[in-house]
Amino acid sequence: MSASRGKHHDRPAFLARRRRRERWAESALGAAASVVVLIALGILLTLLSESLPFFRVVGLWDFLFDTEWTPLFERAHFGILPLLSATLLTGLLAMLVAVPLGVLTAVWLSEFASMRTREWAKPALELLSSIPTVVFGYFALLFVTPLLQQLIPGLPTFNLLAPSLVIGLMIVPYVSSLSEDALRAVPMDLREAAFSMGAGRWRAALWVVLPAAASGVTASAVLALSRALGETMVVAIAAGQQARLVFDPRDGAATLTTYIAQVAMGDVPRHSLAYQSLFAVGLSLFLLTLAFNVLGYWIRHRFGELSR
Amino acid sequence: MNPQAHVHHRILHGEHRRDAVFALVGLLVMLVIMWVLAALFVRLVVDGAGHLDLAFLLSYPSRHADQAGILAAWVGSILVLLVTAFAAVPLGVAAGIYLEEYAQRGRWSSMLEISIGNLAGVPSIVYGLLALGLLVQGMHLGQSILSAGLTLAMLILPMVIVSTREALRSVSVDLREASLALGASRWQTVWHHVLPQAMPGILTGVILGLSRAIGETAPVIVIGALSFLSFLPAAPISATPPFVNLDWLYSPFTVLPIQVFHWISRPNPDFHANAAAAGVVLVVLNLAMNAVALFIRQRARRRQFG
Amino acid sequence: MDLTFDAKAEVRDLSFHYGSVVALKHIDLRVASHEVTALIGPSGCGKTTLLRCFNRMHDLYPGSRYEGAIRLQPDGTDLLDPAIDPIEARLRIGMVFQKPNPFPKSIFDNVAFGLRVQGEKRSAILAERVEQALRAAALWNEVKDRLHASALTLSGGQQQRLCIARSLATEPEMLLFDEPTSALDPAATASIEELITALKQRMTVLLVTHNMQQAGRVSKYTAFLHAGELIEFGETDQMFTRPQKKQTENYITGRFG
Repeated sequence: MSASRGKHHDRPAFLARRRRRERWAESALGAAASVVVLIALGILLTLLSESLPFFRVVGLWDFLFDTEWTPLFERAHFGILPLLSATLLTGLLAMLVAVPLGVLTAVWLSEFASMRTREWAKPALELLSSIPTVVFGYFALLFVTPLLQQLIPGLPTFNLLAPSLVIGLMIVPYVSSLSEDALRAVPMDLREAAFSMGAGRWRAALWVVLPAAASGVTASAVLALSRALGETMVVAIAAGQQARLVFDPRDGAATLTTYIAQVAMGDVPRHSLAYQSLFAVGLSLFLLTLAFNVLGYWIRHRFGELSR
Repeated sequence: MNPQAHVHHRILHGEHRRDAVFALVGLLVMLVIMWVLAALFVRLVVDGAGHLDLAFLLSYPSRHADQAGILAAWVGSILVLLVTAFAAVPLGVAAGIYLEEYAQRGRWSSMLEISIGNLAGVPSIVYGLLALGLLVQGMHLGQSILSAGLTLAMLILPMVIVSTREALRSVSVDLREASLALGASRWQTVWHHVLPQAMPGILTGVILGLSRAIGETAPVIVIGALSFLSFLPAAPISATPPFVNLDWLYSPFTVLPIQVFHWISRPNPDFHANAAAAGVVLVVLNLAMNAVALFIRQRARRRQFG
Repeated sequence: MDLTFDAKAEVRDLSFHYGSVVALKHIDLRVASHEVTALIGPSGCGKTTLLRCFNRMHDLYPGSRYEGAIRLQPDGTDLLDPAIDPIEARLRIGMVFQKPNPFPKSIFDNVAFGLRVQGEKRSAILAERVEQALRAAALWNEVKDRLHASALTLSGGQQQRLCIARSLATEPEMLLFDEPTSALDPAATASIEELITALKQRMTVLLVTHNMQQAGRVSKYTAFLHAGELIEFGETDQMFTRPQKKQTENYITGRFG
């Protein structure tokens, strides 16, 4: 039965056209979405394929366990441990700053602060997180280092301490935001139970809500660590370029990211060992941060169920 | 009077006292953060204000610190951002629509979700390596504005997708159902009804993504931005047919954060002042974009809630 | 019908506003000491709202306003007086919630929570009071060997008894129950009801329930609420066999609710 109403008087054809258009739309949109998978695969494949020649020359054992990274010397060494040590040390110190400040801020925002307070506190945190990292690098070199030099005599201009502190501060909003999500997910009746027994806000927050959100808060710390490990500009500007095994944050040293930036700035011919080392170091960085990201998600999912 | 008033008052005063301590500690931490922000801005402005003038904005870099400027840098930033927007917005919004309106639960959509989550956690410098291998060398796009724009587009793609999905999710189910009930197809519903309503949220996310892109340095370093660029890319408009010139896409380039980085990397403190001035421009641009994004979000919220 | 009993709490002309909504209207009620009083009524009638006035739970949510008084005997303190700190009311009156909500901590720490609020730190005293409370909640024998296991490993009925033990540990003068068995199976429900009946020897109980049979089994007095008003109050037996108001009769015979 077809009603004669202009273009609709051929109903089956109209519907067929519509179906085709729908399928086109869905395919196009699906193709756009699949780009994400392509990019993810692209990263892995590029890193692997470009670094494979490197590993054929250098060998995995030397790469992992040699304690010197001197690619430009006559007798070149390609041990990742120096760069890795600087990266891990920076990350660890940054966490020592970011986690206490971030979790405290999250608890304060979630359990204590009034609506009016949140109206200026949250924008301030968002502001902190939106500043370009190169500006933080400037800050680390020209403000924080001189300040620290007054407190720690003999602190060299390039050191790991100043950038670690700055990265820690930079990441506070990230820790705070993720932790706050975890705290807000704790059901209200748990708080009511605590309050109904005469507990004050601090006791409900520390003894009931925070433990209930422990998995989410821990996950946020792990994810933040991953972000700290991948940070480039602050260390490239303020920590120096020397690749060495480092345990004292007062020393300056090159991190995985600093090395990549440093070499990429120079003119490296495509098939040289130096060029390939970029990807080898990049692959290490990628796997390192991937490991922590996966750990973070795993913690959140595995233990999230236990708290109701 | 409560027979145990004495005991109870001791307890409740103790609880309130500790509440006050905690509230104070939280406030102190926030104040430290505010102080850091203030110190950062003040330092930047104080160091750079002297060099920040029109000549600075309109000059090329130079070996002489007082003659150096950021013309090439901010033009480069804008051009790169254009490419980024052109690539990331259609892709990101389309992907967001697919995931939110079309994708069925299954292995494919799980893989998509996992990929997005992982990409969001990849260090930005790794995107530079991807671009170096794939775009610059592999596809021979060279160390160009095009490469940089595409790289940053890949970087902010997860952000655009996530904010698109959130914006779409905030559109009420009733709207969709009403449209479908009237016989509209899914695409028609999305295009004519859902998308317009979600537009402010999507726009906010896009602008925030672009403001992040304008401040990114690491991936751009790896692609090969120049530190000393004394020319501008060819103009996109030309007097001869076909009147549109795309040579600028393949031009060598520099961007603002790169300029800041190079100036601060020089031992000569005169260049540090230039870095500060360029930093001020960068921060102002960044803040302006964030402010626009927030304004759009606020206005949309006010319209929605009256 | 003998309504001249000793009252533990006297509700005088209580109204409650939440924003612009008037949730309770001019309620006058006396809660008998050392007895179980049930609050019944259809969904949304205000029975839980009334219950939560006693321990000032509404203070947690901005926009609430109390009018009238709830006088707690023997001292006559008005719990709704703004000069009275909510914590004081909560130290005297405990609450058990609808869905069991033990803290994500050990069984011992759950029961000891209230004691620690009151400043008790001595481990011997804590151990003793925790055992007493768990015995009073008929849970001791089931958990005595695993006091330090997580409370979340208990079954639903056990968790609710743990929540009761938690409230009992501080020996409150009155205990509020907000539909305590609605999330439990019949066997667990029976054990909770048995517990409530035993508790009235030590304290006063105010119980909100949507299950009239439960009110019949457990309470001596019942108050029937509808649309924020107290329609009828009396001895449970009397009210269920010979209700005085038509609305009460309609609810009890199942014509609405």
